[in-house]
Amino acid sequence: MELSLATRSVSDHMVLEIGGEIDVYTAPKLRERLIEMVNSGEKHVVVDLGRVEFLDSTGLGVLVGAHRRLRARDGSLNLVCPHERLLKVFRITGLDNVFDIHPSVEEATTGGSTHAARAGA
Amino acid sequence: MATVRMSFTPDPAYVRTVRMVAAAVARRAGVADELLDEVRLAIGEACTRAVAVHRRHELTDPIAVAMSDGGRFTVRVTDRGPAEAAGREPGQETADILAQVAAETGRPGVDEEVLTFGVGLALLTGLVSDLHVVAAADGIGTEVRMSWPIGRRSGH
Repeated sequence: MELSLATRSVSDHMVLEIGGEIDVYTAPKLRERLIEMVNSGEKHVVVDLGRVEFLDSTGLGVLVGAHRRLRARDGSLNLVCPHERLLKVFRITGLDNVFDIHPSVEEATTGGSTHAARAGA
Repeated sequence: MATVRMSFTPDPAYVRTVRMVAAAVARRAGVADELLDEVRLAIGEACTRAVAVHRRHELTDPIAVAMSDGGRFTVRVTDRGPAEAAGREPGQETADILAQVAAETGRPGVDEEVLTFGVGLALLTGLVSDLHVVAAADGIGTEVRMSWPIGRRSGH
């Protein structure tokens, strides 16, 4: 399955909705799109992984890269990930401590709860 | 004992193909359904790692993947690069790299390629309890060997 990328703006956030499989083959396309978004001045980006079927280390590397670029510009990267299957990948690598991961776009764009906050509650 | 062997050009486009075949062979071998996502991800990571090694050293030789179901479902992914990773515990550097990422506040920090390599190894170590990274049998390259239990009924 090809990677699909679509953007939409929600309040002051730009949401990048990803569908399909993010792996070593498709990750460059995602990296390119995220760099374009940062270069065009987007500061608060939400990456919605809700329709992602597969995510590997290359995809995680791209997300970390985007996180850094946005932080360097006083921006933010929030992730939306409602699936346990993908959350596990973040937990195993310890990257759940690096990203703010939310269960829905609404919560990501309003600064609502993260999975971590919920787990601690 | 049944075996399936493949070799593929070190191109990212084929990693997904190997993942799909590996998942199908694992299912056929009797690996529990709830383990198949992990099997798919781990084999993909091992292949991604091998592709990265070949690219770094500009090697066009194919990467070998061998699967067998004797007792456990065992997968060997063998690259032809210099035996840099062999004999080293995969988790060692990874923890350092990830700690650096966690501590970062937007500074350039670790190179993305190095980071991805570290994250890949972290995933492999986290996903596969029986993981061995050793020198390839013929002395050229590194073999990543993983195995999973067989027996659909064990988890039910």
